[in-house]
Amino acid sequence: MSKIGLIIKREYLTRVKKKSFIIMTILGPVLIGGLYGVMFYMMLSSSDEITKIKFVDESGLFSDTLKRSGNLIFEKDTLPIQIAKHVYDPNVFAGILYVPQNIVEQPGSAVYYSAKQPGLATMENLETLLQKRVEDVKLNLMFSRMNVKDFDKNALKEIKTNIDIKTKLLTDKGEEESSTGVTSMIGFGGGLLMFIFTFLYGVQVMRGVIEEKTNRIVEVIISSVRPFQLMMGKIIGIALVGLTQFLLWIVLSAVITTVISGFAANKIDTKKLMHSSSMKQKMNLPQGNENFSLEAGKDQAGKSNPVGMIKTSLKSLPLPLIIFSFLFYFLGGYLFYASLFAAVGSAIDNETDTQQFMMPITIPLMLGYFAAIGMMSHPDSALGYWLSFVPFTSPIVMMVRIPFGVPAYELIISMALLVLGFIGTTWLASRIYRTGILMYGKKPSWKELGKWIFYKG
Amino acid sequence: MNILNIQHVSKTYAAHKALDDVSFDVPAGSVFGLLGPNGAGKTSLIRIINQITGPDSGSILFNSDKLNKDHVQQIGYLPEERGLYRKMEVGEQCLYLAQLKGMSRSDALKKLKVWFEKFEIKAWWKKKIDELSKGMQQKVQFIVTVLHEPKLLILDEPFTGFDPINANLIKDELLKMKANGTTIVLSTHRMESVEELCSHITLINKSKKILDGSVKQIRKQFKSNIYEVRYIGHPISLANGLWGGFELLESLPEDDHNYAKIKIPDDKQTNHLLQSLTSEVQVMGFNELAPSMNDIFIKIVSEQAPSQN
Repeated sequence: MSKIGLIIKREYLTRVKKKSFIIMTILGPVLIGGLYGVMFYMMLSSSDEITKIKFVDESGLFSDTLKRSGNLIFEKDTLPIQIAKHVYDPNVFAGILYVPQNIVEQPGSAVYYSAKQPGLATMENLETLLQKRVEDVKLNLMFSRMNVKDFDKNALKEIKTNIDIKTKLLTDKGEEESSTGVTSMIGFGGGLLMFIFTFLYGVQVMRGVIEEKTNRIVEVIISSVRPFQLMMGKIIGIALVGLTQFLLWIVLSAVITTVISGFAANKIDTKKLMHSSSMKQKMNLPQGNENFSLEAGKDQAGKSNPVGMIKTSLKSLPLPLIIFSFLFYFLGGYLFYASLFAAVGSAIDNETDTQQFMMPITIPLMLGYFAAIGMMSHPDSALGYWLSFVPFTSPIVMMVRIPFGVPAYELIISMALLVLGFIGTTWLASRIYRTGILMYGKKPSWKELGKWIFYKG
Repeated sequence: MNILNIQHVSKTYAAHKALDDVSFDVPAGSVFGLLGPNGAGKTSLIRIINQITGPDSGSILFNSDKLNKDHVQQIGYLPEERGLYRKMEVGEQCLYLAQLKGMSRSDALKKLKVWFEKFEIKAWWKKKIDELSKGMQQKVQFIVTVLHEPKLLILDEPFTGFDPINANLIKDELLKMKANGTTIVLSTHRMESVEELCSHITLINKSKKILDGSVKQIRKQFKSNIYEVRYIGHPISLANGLWGGFELLESLPEDDHNYAKIKIPDDKQTNHLLQSLTSEVQVMGFNELAPSMNDIFIKIVSEQAPSQN
């Protein structure tokens, strides 16, 4: 086995065998599963309530069709939206659904105004409703334009519409954009995970370097291998630990959430079933009809089941792209930062001295994180756009943008810049590292670090 | 035949010149003492030989080839600051470090077993380094250094941290390796081990080489021509005999006889002195007061000291 292979193997095995790794691996999915469970619980409890919604329809598409859908009751309002917003009484109506004239051409133009953050279930319900109607209209338009013969798969694709209702909170101060969509949750979740992983494993690299330095074993090892091999071996070994943990999390989370979803779906079914069977008893239906009503109950449960709803909205997302980019940006972002963390570890003797040199690493990471929070409600902001190209922030920020759709060339530029970025930081860090690991005593100044970069081998 | 040729090696760190045009040869099969006070540049030189850092100028030949990465496997290095992974098991750690030196796992395992038996530490195999005492850790580290049977062994203060029994154990192993043709470079302050083991030395002070050669030759070079005489008779009778350039440095009574330190001038031999003495007093004992390496070391280093400022 090559020497760098040996180093990777050691770094990997010592960490994977640790108790803390095993605990984290089990605890992570349990926490994710728990969150998932809480989400369902909240949706279940809200989906039972009857919600009254004021409906301002400028498109004229819904004049007669929209009265009630599931738990949503609509009341049409002919006032212009600007006035409707002002006279809106949150005690009577949960919110105002505004459909502009050009909804067919611009499926993202619908807005939902409310005083409180609307639930996921409500929003999914509204979006499905609008979507069906817009698709109907498109279909009719198409039929009037062409013969049935020409109607093919391409035409069907054209009809397919993805309605995205913006949510705006009406507060005393005015309007605030908010987002409840699965899209932004997935995006932010990806960005957050990226932030946590980069930081967590970057710090592990730094600790490993400090450990070797304070143990003084580093001198023995670099008399056998080049400092660069030792640094890269450590970085790659820890990256593999991260990937292992990540994959285990995915597998375990999938198992846990499947169990929870199954349980939740089951609960809805029985709820609805009990409801229908009690009705049936009141109506004294003959026993022979029981089969039929069971079927009906199940069918009804399936339609308004939040699990199903999340699944459909997940389907509209480019999941393979998200997972691929997550892995790419995780590796890229980690490699970008890990070498910097290694350089910091090499420059100091103990962990209490890290503060000063950690700052320049922490600040861009935090910037990316805060940008990600901001972008949940403004996914198209200019700041987010530019930060998604800068390698310091792109791994976090781009993850937030991807679920909303990013042009391929932007993604490629961002990824290429990240690759260049980590080659650059690795080069820079390895220069500091090879000098730093042999320096003991006084904490170096920034100027000295700069000099180390230009030392001859 | 030299295993190492150090040729005009210089190395500067920031403002500090660690090595200034240092050249010397290490003969193959010798035990070579690399001497010098703290901060003289010994560790810098050792790091360059180990290719941990490179020289700013000058070159090093290993067995007449320019030093390169392939030589790493033929060198064993025990740094002054010992270190092992604290949380790693002894056996695993030895295997890991041996493999980094290019040994195969099975070969390393076989040789480790022999060493662990020889040092009677088989019971430690599964223990973590943290659980061992300092002296035990030193033993493990020594084994790791010599396991791949290097042609050149560089030991920085190898005997510190060992009790006398274990220090002897290590010394015996070193002599065995020397007998098998291993060249040993010993960097140390402990002059008694230099006297005991080294056949050649180099003395480095303030980044410069100031002395090198075989120990015999250096002793000769620093010969003081001072002799101790133990005799029966009156000190005045002794003094009477000392004419013609002999210099009496010291005269003392000692138990049932007297003692004197006498310097012989360059143009006279020991026999001349003996002839003059035996006619005056009864000589009981006579021997040369040879300078110890310690004396030579201190002499040279302190001679250089004033020029420092």
